[in-house]
Amino acid sequence: MSATTLARPRQPNPVLGFIRAQPLGAAGLLVILIMATAAILAEKIAPYDPEAIDFIAMLTAPSMEHPFGTDAFGRDILTRIIYGARTALTIGFLSSFIGCTAGGLLGIASAYFGGRADMIIQRFVDIVLSFPIVVLALVVVAVLGKAAVLGVDMNLVAAIAIPIVPRSCRVVRAAALSVRAMPYIDAARAGGYSSLHIILRHMAPNVLAPYLILLTAYIAQAILLEASLSFLGLGVSEPKPAWGLMLAGDSSNFYQEAPWMILFPGLAISLAVFAFNLFGDSLRDWLDPKFRA
Amino acid sequence: MVEEFSGVSRRTLLALPGLTFSGAALAQSTAAEAPQRGGILTYAVAAEPPTYDLHQTGTFAVMHRSAPHYSTLLCYEPGNYPNIIGDVAESWTEAPDKLTYTFRLRPNVRFHDGTILTSEDIRASYARMIAPPPGVTSNRQPAFSQIAAIETPDPLTAVFKMKKVDASIMDTFASPWNSIYSAARLQQDANFPARNIMGTGPFRFVEHVAGSHWVGQRFDGYFREGKPYLDGFRAITMSPSAMVNALSGRQILAEFRGFTPNERDRITRALGRDAQTYDSSWMLHLLISYNNEKPPFNDVRVRRAVSLAIDRWGGSTNLARISQLGPVGGMVRPGSEWSATPQEMERWPGYGRDMAANRAEARRLLREAGQENLSFTLMNRNIQPYVTAGVFVIDQWRQIGIRVEHQQVELAAWYANQGSGGFEVMIDSFTQFSDDPTNVLVKYISMDRAEVATARATDRELDRLFDAQAEERDKTRRKQLVREFETRAMEQAHLVPLLWWQRIVVMNARVRGWSMSPTHMIYQDLPDVWLAPERS
Repeated sequence: MSATTLARPRQPNPVLGFIRAQPLGAAGLLVILIMATAAILAEKIAPYDPEAIDFIAMLTAPSMEHPFGTDAFGRDILTRIIYGARTALTIGFLSSFIGCTAGGLLGIASAYFGGRADMIIQRFVDIVLSFPIVVLALVVVAVLGKAAVLGVDMNLVAAIAIPIVPRSCRVVRAAALSVRAMPYIDAARAGGYSSLHIILRHMAPNVLAPYLILLTAYIAQAILLEASLSFLGLGVSEPKPAWGLMLAGDSSNFYQEAPWMILFPGLAISLAVFAFNLFGDSLRDWLDPKFRA
Repeated sequence: MVEEFSGVSRRTLLALPGLTFSGAALAQSTAAEAPQRGGILTYAVAAEPPTYDLHQTGTFAVMHRSAPHYSTLLCYEPGNYPNIIGDVAESWTEAPDKLTYTFRLRPNVRFHDGTILTSEDIRASYARMIAPPPGVTSNRQPAFSQIAAIETPDPLTAVFKMKKVDASIMDTFASPWNSIYSAARLQQDANFPARNIMGTGPFRFVEHVAGSHWVGQRFDGYFREGKPYLDGFRAITMSPSAMVNALSGRQILAEFRGFTPNERDRITRALGRDAQTYDSSWMLHLLISYNNEKPPFNDVRVRRAVSLAIDRWGGSTNLARISQLGPVGGMVRPGSEWSATPQEMERWPGYGRDMAANRAEARRLLREAGQENLSFTLMNRNIQPYVTAGVFVIDQWRQIGIRVEHQQVELAAWYANQGSGGFEVMIDSFTQFSDDPTNVLVKYISMDRAEVATARATDRELDRLFDAQAEERDKTRRKQLVREFETRAMEQAHLVPLLWWQRIVVMNARVRGWSMSPTHMIYQDLPDVWLAPERS
């Protein structure tokens, strides 16, 4: 009798699987990666200093020297867009991460405890949801002012994160309710594990898919919100490069003579939001078995 | 001696070269057209008023709304700036020793509540500015330091007794900020004007909706016969960019403060022959104010280094293309009879044209003060051209290694921080209603002498020079004292001028009878303004 060795089934590469299954999402991911690389390596790849004024180059049209032209201070717009990606992605990711994580944990807790706790949390969520997202962020940023930590305005991050909390809470709670009904949760409770342990070890990993989808979707929202707040003068301050800020101030003065001042930052915002939305939608389709078919 | 101010004065001739007027409608407006009654003047104001009280503030946000409701003792003659004429004063005499000024008031000047204005109202209003009661501040206090007493021998006579000669006192009496309030109302509540409007001006107050509009209606009991011509006015609060669109789209008829060259071009393109533009130098400048109470700005080397790093001449040429900022000047309006020449300016720290040398000296001073890695927060307003100036100076400071956080705030927060000393360095502005050095230099004296001295510094030598020029009757000697004051102030750099503004006003050609001047604080009571019919 001869022994037979069973070949281990080949594990599919998840990245390649995603690209094959979701080519549009992969394109979105590629744009995000390019932006992230540009943001990280801004000092290396940007052709100029983003804050350096060059009066000789004021309002120069796109050219070989300045591919995206210059603004009213002669600052290179391409450079400011590259550095602006750093602002957009940092604030976008931090806000979305904080908002989705806080909202997600609140949603799981709400589903796990149920009853009166669930009722209180959900009514609180209803109250916060009744404010339009931009209005709520405006109020928060106006009340909190500014507090820079390592060059990032954490109050701006909080202002954007707070409106995300109830929205992610509602979605994650829905997913957590079905997890809560699983026998292994009852088993864990019977085993004497603490509520915190059950929430973090048994429930949270099982709502990771909707959480990740929310995270990517809200990065796009947060980028848009940061741009809106900066445009309204409540976000990032001049001379720091930020896409929304590039659309405000002198851009509205010179948009007829120098349309490139609003064209390229506007395109950057649209592209980033589009890329994150594409990626988020595709991630949802890819992770959720209901959409796989 | 009764001085009669008529015709074009020498002061007027000195002020005129700075003014230019253009536009298709100008020829028509300067022709002897008969003013027409009726219509509502709609105009824009860029900021909300922090108070209604002209005595307690210095912002146009109050002046452009409150001025049409009030009168002053004297005023600048419309169309003939800076000639002074009587407002509620019918005539006045000046004693030969210049220590007594007697004003005869017009009879039957009525307040909007129907009561008659008397010399007691003059006394109460001026007393409030000279020695404000508890809970009231007076931005005008230093201007009245030489007034010893105000006597009211009869209801139509007010006599001002001086402690010493004050060379600028006639401009002080003509100040648009010195509005006359009702003595009876002040007696009931010293802060009445801060929240209520009740004057003798051409328009009665109707309503103020914060963030939206301010409405005035013609006061039929106004003391100037046949005026005002307008039925009323509506001052609408809007951002500068919205103003450009509103004026271009004919939703408003005017804005009286000023536009950038680019905004002017956009509006005139949109309005075509219905646009009229005015251009003038402006008694308004931006300053860098250091909080002298906060280290390291209590060190003159640091303050001077920060000023030295700024290329004012380069900034002047280039920022004038994108903003209202323009001429380089000292503490008095460049080009005025009191200003320093460019050659004199170049000797002041921060005004030399060799920027490499200036920056080397700035670095040396910072090194000497142990501040090679200086960083601070620059507090600034969030409107133009303040933001433009902020971006410019931050770039200039970056070139000598100074790192700056740009904090842009609303007007109310800007004033609050200014008053409480809640700033390290700020971009401040100062505007005057006349070129007289006493009006102008007050910004730079010690904080215990002047509400407007934001640098929180005490410099008795500057105070001494200020007082000396204020009392000096000989013009040549007074000019020398002004130069000495400026030189001392630039060396100590408690606060330093940045750039002066260029005033460009654009309005719809329907607006007639309004007078342009180098200050946006006068001629805003609007009694002479009227509206021409719309072109068919």
